[in-house]
Amino acid sequence: MNRVIALLAGILFGMGMVVSQMVDPAKVMGFLNISGNWDPSLAFVMGGALLVFSPCYHLFIKPRQTAISGEVLKVPTTTAIDKPLIIGASLFGLGWGLAGICPGPALTALVTGQQEILLFLAAMAGGQLLVIGWSKLRVRAMQRASS
Amino acid sequence: MENFTPWSALAGGALLGLSAVILLLFRGRIAGISGILSGLFTPHKEDTSWRVLFLVGMMLGAAILLPMGFSIAKVPQGSTLLYVLAGLLVGIGTKLGNGCTSGHGICGMGRFSVRSVVATVVFMGVAILVVLLREQLGWF
Repeated sequence: MNRVIALLAGILFGMGMVVSQMVDPAKVMGFLNISGNWDPSLAFVMGGALLVFSPCYHLFIKPRQTAISGEVLKVPTTTAIDKPLIIGASLFGLGWGLAGICPGPALTALVTGQQEILLFLAAMAGGQLLVIGWSKLRVRAMQRASS
Repeated sequence: MENFTPWSALAGGALLGLSAVILLLFRGRIAGISGILSGLFTPHKEDTSWRVLFLVGMMLGAAILLPMGFSIAKVPQGSTLLYVLAGLLVGIGTKLGNGCTSGHGICGMGRFSVRSVVATVVFMGVAILVVLLREQLGWF
């Protein structure tokens, strides 16, 4: 049952990406390009998602101790507006603005097997691994310094 | 604004919101795509299968709709360097900033997290600026 839920949630997400046309980088660029023939669709995608998610979260999820499966509700508890958040969001914005592709559309469009998507995803995974490796090195250096 | 598609945008967005509600309510997980992927690189027990199933589900969802009149537009043919550079920046940025358009933009903002609102304003602002510079100044 738990596995079916994860798969079902993924299916709905992929369908949302296709229905909203967010898998089309040109559609995303139409939103980001405010000086051209502006297409506000992306804001409506986010609005539609928030209209469903936000009330459901506050009414049905927030009051709960655990998920229905009994698992911990892994809701982020960090509230700091710190340097990694700002630098990370800026770098993500830079990459997003360059190609018009963000992680959701990229993973959905992987089904088409387009070479550009494969390149983007391989580089994206590489970028995530770089940060993971770098933070591991930093933790180790700090441990060495304190011991 | 002749390309504006408000109804399909709202409907697609509602599906994304529903997906996020189901994953969080039933499994306690945030439907943030960059985080679902990067979690695979630091595997913990009992933490891998839901991620793989969700990601496979995304492609399956698209595959189900394709024969029903929906389509996935081809990505514009660009240089290899552009897609690699963009992917690298998106990977580093989402890992460092803990989220992307779905994690911060939908789940975080939906929870009224100030951190996510700030992240969303920053990545959207920077992306708009990048496109503006390209359109107005012909950079890159």
